[in-house]
Amino acid sequence: MKEPRMHLSDHRDLGKRKADTGYVLINLIRYLKPWMAVFVLLFIANIASVVLSLTGPKLSGDAIDMIKSDGSTDMDAVYYCCALLAGIYALSGVLSYLSTVGMAYVAKKVACRMREDTFNKLISLPVSYFDSRQAGDIISVLSYDIDTVGESLANDVVLVINSVVMIAGSFIMMLTISPLLVVVFVVTIPISVLLTRFIAKRVQPLFRRRSAKLGELNGFVEEMIAGQKTTKAYGCEEAMIQKFEAKNTQAVEAYARAEYISTMTGPTNNFMNNLAMTLISVLGALMYMYSFGGITRVGQIASFVLYSRKFSGPINEIANVFGEFQSAIAAAERVFRVLEEQPEAPDPEGAIAPENIRGDVAFEHVSFGYIKGREVLHDLSIEAHKGNVVAIVGKTGAGKTTVINLLMRFYDPDSGRIMLDGRDIAGYTRAGLRGCFTMVLQDTWLFAGTVYENIAYGKENATREEVERVCRAAKIHSFIARLPNGYDTYLSDNAVNISKGQKQLLTIARAMLLDSPMLILDEATSNVDTRTEHIIQQAMTKLMEGRTCFVIAHRLSTIRNADKILVMDGGDVAEQGTHEELLAKKGMYYKLYRSQFESY
Amino acid sequence: MKGTLKYLRPYGGIAAWGVTIKFIGSIAELFLPLLLDYIIDEIVPLKDIVPVLWAGLLMLAFSLIAMFGNIWANRLSVSAAAKMTHDLRYDLFKKISYLKSEQVDEVTVPSLVSRLTSDSYYVNQMVARTLRLGVRAPILLVGGIIMTFIVDAYLASVLLGCVPFVIAAVAVITKKSIPYYAKKQANSDDMVRAMQENISGVRIVKALSKGGYETEKFRGISDRLGDTDLAAKRIMSLTNPLATLILNLGLVVVIIVGALMSDGAGSVLAVLTYFTMILNGMLGLSKIFVVLSQGIASAERIERVLKMDTAQPAEELAEGCGEYAVQFKDVCFSYNGVENNLTDINFALPHGGTLGIIGATGSGKSTIVNLMMRFYDADSGDVYIDGRNVRSMPPEEVRKYFGAAFQNDFLMAGSVRENIDYGRALPEDSILGAAKSAQAEEFVAKLHGGLDYDLAQKAANLSGGQKQRLTVARALAGQPRILILDDASSALDYETDAALRRELADKYPQTTKVIVAQRVSSVRGADMILVLDDGRQIGLGTHEELLRTCPEYAQIYRAQMGEDV
Repeated sequence: MKEPRMHLSDHRDLGKRKADTGYVLINLIRYLKPWMAVFVLLFIANIASVVLSLTGPKLSGDAIDMIKSDGSTDMDAVYYCCALLAGIYALSGVLSYLSTVGMAYVAKKVACRMREDTFNKLISLPVSYFDSRQAGDIISVLSYDIDTVGESLANDVVLVINSVVMIAGSFIMMLTISPLLVVVFVVTIPISVLLTRFIAKRVQPLFRRRSAKLGELNGFVEEMIAGQKTTKAYGCEEAMIQKFEAKNTQAVEAYARAEYISTMTGPTNNFMNNLAMTLISVLGALMYMYSFGGITRVGQIASFVLYSRKFSGPINEIANVFGEFQSAIAAAERVFRVLEEQPEAPDPEGAIAPENIRGDVAFEHVSFGYIKGREVLHDLSIEAHKGNVVAIVGKTGAGKTTVINLLMRFYDPDSGRIMLDGRDIAGYTRAGLRGCFTMVLQDTWLFAGTVYENIAYGKENATREEVERVCRAAKIHSFIARLPNGYDTYLSDNAVNISKGQKQLLTIARAMLLDSPMLILDEATSNVDTRTEHIIQQAMTKLMEGRTCFVIAHRLSTIRNADKILVMDGGDVAEQGTHEELLAKKGMYYKLYRSQFESY
Repeated sequence: MKGTLKYLRPYGGIAAWGVTIKFIGSIAELFLPLLLDYIIDEIVPLKDIVPVLWAGLLMLAFSLIAMFGNIWANRLSVSAAAKMTHDLRYDLFKKISYLKSEQVDEVTVPSLVSRLTSDSYYVNQMVARTLRLGVRAPILLVGGIIMTFIVDAYLASVLLGCVPFVIAAVAVITKKSIPYYAKKQANSDDMVRAMQENISGVRIVKALSKGGYETEKFRGISDRLGDTDLAAKRIMSLTNPLATLILNLGLVVVIIVGALMSDGAGSVLAVLTYFTMILNGMLGLSKIFVVLSQGIASAERIERVLKMDTAQPAEELAEGCGEYAVQFKDVCFSYNGVENNLTDINFALPHGGTLGIIGATGSGKSTIVNLMMRFYDADSGDVYIDGRNVRSMPPEEVRKYFGAAFQNDFLMAGSVRENIDYGRALPEDSILGAAKSAQAEEFVAKLHGGLDYDLAQKAANLSGGQKQRLTVARALAGQPRILILDDASSALDYETDAALRRELADKYPQTTKVIVAQRVSSVRGADMILVLDDGRQIGLGTHEELLRTCPEYAQIYRAQMGEDV
């Protein structure tokens, strides 16, 4: 959706605490260090450009003074002055362009480094990091936050240097004309700064409220329109319109209140500038008339007015940039916090890469909880031998996926151990251990890339023949062959019409390409039509041949053919055994099984 | 655009008043440089203090008028824009609430959402900004030009001569940079997608130890993004120095011309000041054009929806057979008018009976529900509810018969109670009873706050099965005469699913039930099962009958229950 970006960012800043500026700056400097030389060079170019442009009004004033109303103007002198002016302006323009582009280059380099570092860090983080966060938040650090830092480096830094030099320069120039006249600013600047700060302070919470309310309204709208059919089904359109009305009114009121105050800034700033101009012209005129304060020529008043404008403009500018700096610092802080996260613990010394794995797996008294104090698995023991099919059944939330998370070492048990071929899996390298498993999960994961790339993902250098072979085995080859570019068809968000079932088959083909001794399977059931389901089932059966399999099972046929069924309930294995044994027990499994054949 | 402006009419008084005040304020601002010129060129040579002070006071007065006028006018414009946005959004939401289903299909949900959110925001911006800058900018521009001509016609011409150069420079630069920005946006989308892929596939990436590969891939994307960004900036950064240079050179020419014409220093200074004003005016106007073009496009998108006709008239039609709760007679229907989504559907479900509908994805199961509830009207054939042709009833009346839980039905941010009640102000007993029957009681009790537990947007804090149970509870809570469960138990485990069916049979014997499912186990107990294939009815009967008469059904059954059943 094309929501104006402002809201997203403002909305996110709601919960932010005060940024730790020192911490951010130290980290930022690390990124800027390689560019220090360039930085200094740009700094000098910038100062030169500003100083050059500052001599403009002075020269203009001189030229204006040469103009005599009686026609006795020395035109050669005027021409000389003007040629000088033109040269100065041109040089200043070139320097200013160079420093802007130079800064943009540095900003790009820094932003790219930051993005890559952040991505590297994210890739090395444990699965738990992603499980406990919203994907949108992680992505916004990588895109929005780093963008903000980059933009701030590219624009704001130049602007601040510019402004500071401009302020200092014009101040000095004004001093050289008339120190006394500068006193005017002793009155106007503090008032101006105070007013701006006063408004900004009052407006900030109002703006936050405004974004929050607009966010609420938009969230409501998004939901309600998606649920329009439901609302109509229950005939409660009016009730929902009333709800909307309340949120709409709040949003509009919050908007008006914020704008009421914030639209004062422009006119008040203009006023302060006009006030300064008024005071300067009156005082300047008086000084000229009574020959004091250093004003001896009318042209000096003119230059002074021109400088005063160069002086007050940047002051307002700096006030604006300051706000942007703050949000850039907050953004940078979020980036650095990610960079500080603890990666997956390194493999312990002496960890070996598993070789010639048979596929005997045993859980020995394993206990585990995602959150401390809330155990999900209690003292779990399972044994599976080479080639066994272990079906895990149970209600949602019984701990089925947790078993798999532990097997793959996405998480480590709190106590107990898991053995593979008689060795604790913590004693293998993570990469090696994970390589022993092939995983087919419920959410079929495909990325933007060709069909071939997607299937060959787990086995680099897989030949086209190998890929076609597994696709035939998974019964997806003829579908792929019919795609516009066959195996080279690019799969992206919406370009190719590919059903859920076909996606599942593609991931099965990907899994078949891997020659690992063990298989983890999370059977999906819903939302696939029955014909495709049949094909999927056949493909999965083929995939399971000769491997030790852990299956989170939903299909009765899988369960009935399993060597061992684990019936999980509330983190415990309530029953285990074969289909016949468990039926004979007439316990939990029996109930679960019968529930399918009840005729209600 | 006209339709949107209509919304401004009630606040026309405020807006007009605001514009007038703004006008006065801006004119006051225009006089300041003139006074400055006057002081320097005319009063200073007199060497008399009194007129200087008077002129100073006058400048102060004009500055004050300008400030207060502008503040006041800004507030009026904010208030007019806010009120009008409020009204526009209200009407738009109301209209969307009553849109017919085919109209929603036509515009699409994401597009409706963006019309109500970002488009209404752009219209608001357009109105507020135009009222605020629309007066000031032209006055500064035109007034500034007039004033310079008053001060000195020759100098004014020099300045005006610069303007086309500046405009041309800005236009060329902007045009050149647009493709770069488009490319940058595309690269940025690529990056977000790469990140999304890595987050959703984190387990696969780790299982296959592809971290290094992904990092390399990401580096490429990140570099491309940086490169296009820099290319865009290289061009855009030209704007400022170039425009400044042209203007400065213009100033140099002004001085030369001033010298040749032997003007007073004050005139040159005044012209320079007006020049800044003219520039500000131009800047303001260009900003207005941006918001205007964006705003007008948005206003038109909004108006297209507001103009839609949502009326679904009831016709006088013959009654059908009263003993059936739902009856389809030779019903054909197509969403797009090209190929049929349903062909010749015939069935009659008695009051209190249960109909199961089974078939592959896209075979037309949900379409039958859509026709029953009059979300769409059949192209040919007739649909009867309680013996009345649905087309003889207004849609609201049809829907009073039903309680429905749709496929992937929606839950809103709000408490569990609000979601079950859904604006119907049902008594507490009904809500509790429905939650119990829908097998939701147990998990709701475990939630912090029970029925008052707040769901996140899209109920993201519940599992799929929990969501489905709440939608079923919502359907049951109104004690409907006809209950529709459209694939509403697919995420439940078999045991819970069976418990739900048992409960429905025990507690709601009078209710007519329509159960759409993929699982045979969900429909096998129905009085009548309708088997669909590509919009055609290929079987109708009880489970046992279908096993004998409908080979497709038998195959589905075997596939799901294991070969040897």
